[in-house]
Amino acid sequence: MNAQQIDQQTLLKDEKDPLTHTPVHLLSLDGIGKHYGNIIALRDVTMAVDNGRVTCVLGDNGAGKSTLIKIIAGLHQHDEGTLQVMGDERKFNSPRDALDAGIATVYQDLAVVPLMPIWRNFFLGSELTSGFGPFKSMDVQKMKDITKKELADMGIDLRDVEQPIGQLSGGERQCVAIARAVYFGAKVLILDEPTAALGVKQSGVVLRYILQARDRGLGVIFITHNPHHAFPVGDRFLLLKRGKSIGYYDKKDITLDELTAQMAGGAELAELAHELEQLGGHSEALEEVKAEVADVAEAATEATTKRH
Amino acid sequence: MANTATLPPATSPGDERVGRRNPFQKFLARPEVGALVGAVVLFIFFASVSQTFTQPNALATVLYGSSTIGIMAVGVSLLMIGGEFDLSTGVAVISSALTASLFSWNFSLNAWVGVALALVVSLGIGFINGWILVKTRLPSFIVTLATFLMLTGLNLALTRLIGGSVSSPSISKLDGFESARAVFASSVSIGGVEVKITVFFWIVLVLIASWVLLRTKVGNWIFAVGGDANAARAVGVPVTKTKIGLFMAVGFCGWILGMHNLFAFDAVQSGEGVGNEFLYIIAAVIGGCLLTGGYGSAVGGAIGAFIFGMANKGIVYAQWNPDWFKFFLGLMLLLATIVNLIVKRRAELK
Repeated sequence: MNAQQIDQQTLLKDEKDPLTHTPVHLLSLDGIGKHYGNIIALRDVTMAVDNGRVTCVLGDNGAGKSTLIKIIAGLHQHDEGTLQVMGDERKFNSPRDALDAGIATVYQDLAVVPLMPIWRNFFLGSELTSGFGPFKSMDVQKMKDITKKELADMGIDLRDVEQPIGQLSGGERQCVAIARAVYFGAKVLILDEPTAALGVKQSGVVLRYILQARDRGLGVIFITHNPHHAFPVGDRFLLLKRGKSIGYYDKKDITLDELTAQMAGGAELAELAHELEQLGGHSEALEEVKAEVADVAEAATEATTKRH
Repeated sequence: MANTATLPPATSPGDERVGRRNPFQKFLARPEVGALVGAVVLFIFFASVSQTFTQPNALATVLYGSSTIGIMAVGVSLLMIGGEFDLSTGVAVISSALTASLFSWNFSLNAWVGVALALVVSLGIGFINGWILVKTRLPSFIVTLATFLMLTGLNLALTRLIGGSVSSPSISKLDGFESARAVFASSVSIGGVEVKITVFFWIVLVLIASWVLLRTKVGNWIFAVGGDANAARAVGVPVTKTKIGLFMAVGFCGWILGMHNLFAFDAVQSGEGVGNEFLYIIAAVIGGCLLTGGYGSAVGGAIGAFIFGMANKGIVYAQWNPDWFKFFLGLMLLLATIVNLIVKRRAELK
């Protein structure tokens, strides 16, 4: 157990209500809303991010997760509510603005350029330079060394930082993107569906990187549609559905099964089963949905904890 | 919890993997290697069929022919690495030359005033191309095709309107003509061989472009906007500025060549330049620049231009009918790109 972990434990013990344990959050959203023309993409979302905490944003496709992170990352601007960084109200006009405020995003497509070498990707947009005026050139050797070292610190040993990043596996690319954000002094790290395209093993690796970033004192926003990935690493859970918040929980107030039940929407599944029956749907598929309805209902009532 | 996650097998320590790619394989993975092989083969070929081809004077002529393509190929290569291409370059060169000659002739000004105005116009054409592209998000094919047509028309119409002819009036009597000719169209004697000054412009431009591309952050941005513009924007690269800047760099190269075309003689034909844009693009592609962007080099474009120069003049020295030239160029383009493709795949597998 390292010093940071101990720090965090005392922090956890002292706080009375973890959802509002500091006077100022690292990042907080209050009643955030966004519409594109007459389409309401997001409304009344409230959440907070703190040092050394993981805030999970859960929701199905089209729940508004992407819109939410685009607002925090500065790709879109919110129309309603307030966004505060360390207590100061902000509205980001560009990704650069958000980056300067210490908010780094690791996108689903990772925002890496596949044909470029790893070290060029690592420093892209924040290159190290030396020299004056028009003769400023990149400090190539230093950039390569830092890339290698930072990745080694994240537990990833690369053959050659000169190889195109497109040749790395999905998990390794995630790692580069996370290491990049950590190195550039991100205080808040947003991870957009980092485990969506990965296998079981690679997902485990990425979850470990999330915890490493947390242990380094970053506030992490972990966006996912998989409660089994979110629950083990998360401290808080924001559930989104059709652009609205349907719940915001601290870890001690919710179990994995409750989370899953909320996500799956037990009532909707029941309705689907009913509809399929009326339409004379395929019997096998119908049985499957029915079984799932039973499962979800059971889980919601029992509230047992199978995993941690 | 952190302890329970397993290490991926691929990341186990293994520095022994570093040495697996020897320098030769690394060299083969470079973008311009296909062009280099092509250039060497072509050189040996022409040297063997013609005795005069390897004479210093003939080589100077070949280099001059290469430089008139190569100067533009520098800008076009950078632009192509940045993910765009420009169909208006051929006529934009002539527009630049016409601007300088018509303006200074019409107002009887010092030739250098026209030269300065031409620079503004050339950079302006590049800026407009880039600006329309990033604002409308239309493909560069459409935007620059439109500019190409408009400039072709403007070149002809304005020259007739101002000078009353299809060629611009002679400006050899104007003040500053001789000094401008000395800068843009003189020759330098090296060991008794007259080498045209454009060869030096070309070399300097290639050196600057290579340095920018490989050693500055702007170079990093050029690769990034060509490789994946959205990713580049997301990490804070000024994509809009980079793309507009690239079009303006092409404009700058066009200005140098335009000034050479003007001061090598004293007048310009307003209908010239059409079709040359493809020669520049061909040079860049032969040199290993990907049409889709994100990959290539300035040196590659230079080698592509040199191949062009050798084929162009070599056919004359070999005393063949110049009608064969275009066929030769097409064949070179096909072979060089295929070699590029094969070599790159091989190198990446190893």
